[in-house]
Amino acid sequence: MLRNKEGGFGVITIVLHWTIALLTLGLILVGFIMRRTDIDPTLQFSLYQWHKSIGFTVLGLALLRTIWWLVERSPHPVPGLRPMEHIAARATHTTLILLGIVTPLAGWAVASASTLNIPSFYFDLIVIPHLPLAQSEASEAFWALIHAWLAYIVLGLVAVHAAAALYHHFIRRDEILTRMLRSGFRSGRAGACFSQKSRRCQEE
Amino acid sequence: MMTPRESALRATLLLAFALAAVSAPAGAKTASLEDAAGNYRIASSSSIQFSVPQVGGGGGLAGNFGKFSGRFQIDGNNVERSTVEFTLYPESVRAREQRIEDFLRSSAVFDTANYQTVTFRSTSIRQTGPDTATVEGALTARGKTRKERFTVTLTNWDRRSISFTIRGSIRRAPYGMDVGTPIYSNVVDFDMNIKGTRR
Ligand code: HEM
Repeated sequence: MLRNKEGGFGVITIVLHWTIALLTLGLILVGFIMRRTDIDPTLQFSLYQWHKSIGFTVLGLALLRTIWWLVERSPHPVPGLRPMEHIAARATHTTLILLGIVTPLAGWAVASASTLNIPSFYFDLIVIPHLPLAQSEASEAFWALIHAWLAYIVLGLVAVHAAAALYHHFIRRDEILTRMLRSGFRSGRAGACFSQKSRRCQEE
Repeated sequence: MMTPRESALRATLLLAFALAAVSAPAGAKTASLEDAAGNYRIASSSSIQFSVPQVGGGGGLAGNFGKFSGRFQIDGNNVERSTVEFTLYPESVRAREQRIEDFLRSSAVFDTANYQTVTFRSTSIRQTGPDTATVEGALTARGKTRKERFTVTLTNWDRRSISFTIRGSIRRAPYGMDVGTPIYSNVVDFDMNIKGTRR
């Protein structure tokens, strides 16, 4: 139930996957709004602080996710997956796992290098210290650029990753998407009908 | 008990009065704050600094105002009937970098587009020591008026001018300036050196 199996993902993998996905997309949206749109400066200030707190949360979750990914087995590839597809999928997943850590670290570097020296007060509960970086305009601008690039690369990869999942689900009709939605998945037709209401199940 | 600073002030004052007495015709009055009675204009060489502590210590925000004006009147018969009136222009705020200044001017803090001035008008003055007093009055910022209190210490005095340090801690939230709390303290500490020149 909690652990991954040969035929599918366990609850831990699934919950981490979707929580990180949701928070990351939220962070990109908030990041874009606070940074690139003309909003009320009070709101902008709070968005920055929410962004940092949620960002630290994602960093923590991403670290857990990475450890879990390293120690836990991966389910078998679904039948019918071509070797090139398997390699491309592995490469995307590895990159996403890495960027999941590096992107928030770069964000932390922005907050740390900024000459504004605004403390990171995690959900107004505890101060997270700055990384030991020199505070200067140049350093802040550098990390802001890196952080932005990484974040938008994540967005691009997530789009590719999601498109692949949808392609598998709707065109190839395999269980790639469904096994990340529901644990205890048994390979075969039953899995494709994980929901009795699903259109595909009724067709079949 | 007098702190060394206070006694130094005392000594300065006494010296000033002694000089005044020497230069005055025979039968000069005894030295007292009453001799400072008169009308003063706040000189532009005065300074108005503020600081806002931040969570976890480490600096916080600090700045000062470059443009202000005001006057006060010291009542010779009753110091407690003296008055002070003060206007500062938040547009002139200076901080350690442009982004902070812009933020302070924005609608998040002083909203200088809509409120050009911050004013203070004393309502009562209470002398608390030979060279100290508490000034209470109405502070108006962002269209909101509240009673605030400052402590005043006389630091220098001669026949043409008089100087005070004025300190006060103001909560900013009631003025609609609570942005950034609790990362930045709600309480802003003011430290002013006010010099008045006789009008
Ligand atoms: C997975 C986690 C994160 C994602 C996906 C993310 C995403 C983003 C995005 C899309 C932007 C806007 C970039 C732009 O358009 O210039 C941004 C800006 C920013 N992020 Fe993050 N962020 C994450 C984590 C963090 C963390 C943990 C911190 C700090 C502790 C942080 C601090 C910042 C700061 C300070 C900016 C503004 C940079 C600037 O002013 O130029 N971020 N982030």
